[in-house]
Amino acid sequence: MIVPDPVRPPPDRRDFLKKILAGCIGALAALIPVAAGFTVFVDPLRRHSSTRGAILVTALEALPDDAIPRKFPVLATRVDAWNKFTQVPIGAVYLRRTGGDRVQAFNVVCPHAGCFVDFLPERMQYLCPCHKATYTVEGRIADRASPAPRGLDSLEVEIRGGKEVWVKFQNFQAGHAEKLPVA
Amino acid sequence: MASPSDWLDRRTGFRKILHAALYENVPGGARWRYVWGSTLTFALVSQFITGIFLWMAYSPSSQTAWESVYYIQDQMRGGWLLRGLHHYTAHVMTVLLVLHLMQVLIDGAYKAPREVNFWFGLILLQLVLALSLTGYLLPWDQKGFWASKVATNLMGVVPIVGPIFQRIIIGGPEYGHHTLTRFFALHAGVLPATVTALVVGHVYLFRRHGLTAKEPRRRPDAPFWPDQLLKDAVACLAVLAVVLFLIVRHRLMSVHGHLGAELGPPADPSEPYSAARPDWYFLCFFQFLKLFRGDNEVWGAIFIPGLLLLVVFLMPWIGRWRLGHRFNLGFLGCVLAGAGLLTWLAVADDRANPTYQAAVRAADAEGDRVRALATSPAGIPSAGAVTLLRDDPLTQGPKLFSQKCATCHRYDGHDGLGVVPKDPQAASDLKGFASREWLAGLLDPARIVTTNYFGATRFAEGKMVKFVTKDVAHFSPGQQQQLRDALAALSAEAQLKSQLAADQRDSAVIAQARLLIRDTLRCTDCHPFRKPDEDATAPDLTGYGSRKWLINFISNPAHPDFYGKRNDRMPAFGADQILSEQAIGLIADWLRGSWYEPLASAQE
Repeated sequence: MIVPDPVRPPPDRRDFLKKILAGCIGALAALIPVAAGFTVFVDPLRRHSSTRGAILVTALEALPDDAIPRKFPVLATRVDAWNKFTQVPIGAVYLRRTGGDRVQAFNVVCPHAGCFVDFLPERMQYLCPCHKATYTVEGRIADRASPAPRGLDSLEVEIRGGKEVWVKFQNFQAGHAEKLPVA
Repeated sequence: MASPSDWLDRRTGFRKILHAALYENVPGGARWRYVWGSTLTFALVSQFITGIFLWMAYSPSSQTAWESVYYIQDQMRGGWLLRGLHHYTAHVMTVLLVLHLMQVLIDGAYKAPREVNFWFGLILLQLVLALSLTGYLLPWDQKGFWASKVATNLMGVVPIVGPIFQRIIIGGPEYGHHTLTRFFALHAGVLPATVTALVVGHVYLFRRHGLTAKEPRRRPDAPFWPDQLLKDAVACLAVLAVVLFLIVRHRLMSVHGHLGAELGPPADPSEPYSAARPDWYFLCFFQFLKLFRGDNEVWGAIFIPGLLLLVVFLMPWIGRWRLGHRFNLGFLGCVLAGAGLLTWLAVADDRANPTYQAAVRAADAEGDRVRALATSPAGIPSAGAVTLLRDDPLTQGPKLFSQKCATCHRYDGHDGLGVVPKDPQAASDLKGFASREWLAGLLDPARIVTTNYFGATRFAEGKMVKFVTKDVAHFSPGQQQQLRDALAALSAEAQLKSQLAADQRDSAVIAQARLLIRDTLRCTDCHPFRKPDEDATAPDLTGYGSRKWLINFISNPAHPDFYGKRNDRMPAFGADQILSEQAIGLIADWLRGSWYEPLASAQE
């Protein structure tokens, strides 16, 4: 006796509708926790660096007028998620007095990968200890083979009352040829 | 009567699963070269176990991460061992991954139909490295912090999507709480879950296609249990022995050596860390990057390593031909040799670099110091351990002295940090200031004129120097003894920690000697001493060298209580706001030798 092959049931519009509905409802159920999670996950993209005005770094007197860069910590208010810290070090600058009240300021952060650069007075040169980037005393790249993409990041300086050195402190993104502030 | 195992088997079918797991056929017999996969599984399970128990004591926030790891390491019984196991198993696992990859390639176990399994393995390799990278940051110490900062900065150079990924992984524009929470979620949640899923898939696919036996087959086939499992167990024990050796090796070499994984000083975003290096298995990338100029960084960091990885992914297809298989082996050999060479160069570079060596020593010293401070009765304040070092005179004093005082002054001939400044000495050497020995030098005709006291200042021509060189020089032995007693009394005003015992012992002499200062030696002709004196022409000696006196002096040496209008060149650090009150306090405490010392060393 010939046994017929099992016959597949003819496609049923209701069947098709059930499949679509099952898929959509399941996807929606799965999507909602994922979407909630993802929204919080990308929250940092809308957080921005606190824009600061100028910060008082030091008295002009404390900076000898010898064109030698000296490192000064920068103290300001820092917000870290749920904490607010007042007058804490948020970074540092090199200040160089080049005569009278002309002061040059550089962010100590190396534009290559983010370490702090050292200043070597015996070589009158900046040297980053991480990957050996070197900069002239004016902050320009000293060596063509240097890993640094740009020179040291200069910052705006204001001498107030002939006595106080105020710096508009900012951090810039590492690894780019252009000097882009960390937004 | 059915046995208990029969009862369980009817309900779960465990016997079949157990049989399938244990009695896998190993064609050609059990061999040592097959153990690497099992050692990796062992290492992974070990990491899960040690990781979960560490998790029960670890707290991922910028004020509690270092602190909780310090507590595990130094205060919890067996904490050093648990943490050491976790840390060094990660190191050993990197080596095991390479060995496993090498065996798979050499024995051709990556070719069809095992391509997908090979790719699973490659993905697992990267996930385990990602676990190491995320784990390195979690103690939130200087080394982990700065090394991770460099790594995430490199992420930012990837074109277009780099800055977005960087921002998401860091949790904001700067490193902070959310960096830790995100890294920790990855390290303890997302990555282990993904690794587990892939390992299950990896083992399933491996069992589906069976072992690729090494030809020629020397022995008859053997079952996995007990033949291969025995070899695997021995290998796992050897791995454990290596890990345990790494944990105790420093203590084996010296009775003061530390046990387990190291813990550097707490992360301080404002303190540079010249000793920052990634862990040894990433040193090849570190060295490689030095070859790339600024804007080409993305090639060295992302594109070239990515390209090499792509070739490895394509190996199953390349290996279809005999020549292709040889190419694969040669390629892997070159990559490994290159990585080994770069690692060796990085280590050699650092060994020959005295600045780096000094930075490592300074970092070790700071790490030890902060742990001693954390263990002190004062403990760790809620602001976190980073404030412990910032408020420690022993740590900050030399740095501040070097930056602010050493242009003129010296400390034992150097700038406080061991460097002799280029500029000539223009003011006194302050080591042991206000101690009896230091004062003896001040009142010594031969020494007061040297640069270590007044020699380089305008006071070299002043009345005090004249008094010492003319009058004191001709003191009789009796007068010299009186002078010595008077100096002991003066020095006692400072209440120096190092002299407390001596001051106590000589309290009777000191009480008497105070009269000497006033009546016999007549210091009070110029100096006020324990009584206000409007006609004073020299600094007030009341409380000379005490904390308050020294802070006031540094704040304003031109104050009428001190040099007044006769002040030479010393700036008014407080009055002119050159230094904060806290900084002046730290310098004063350091000069006076008053900082916390752990009991054991104080007794030594």
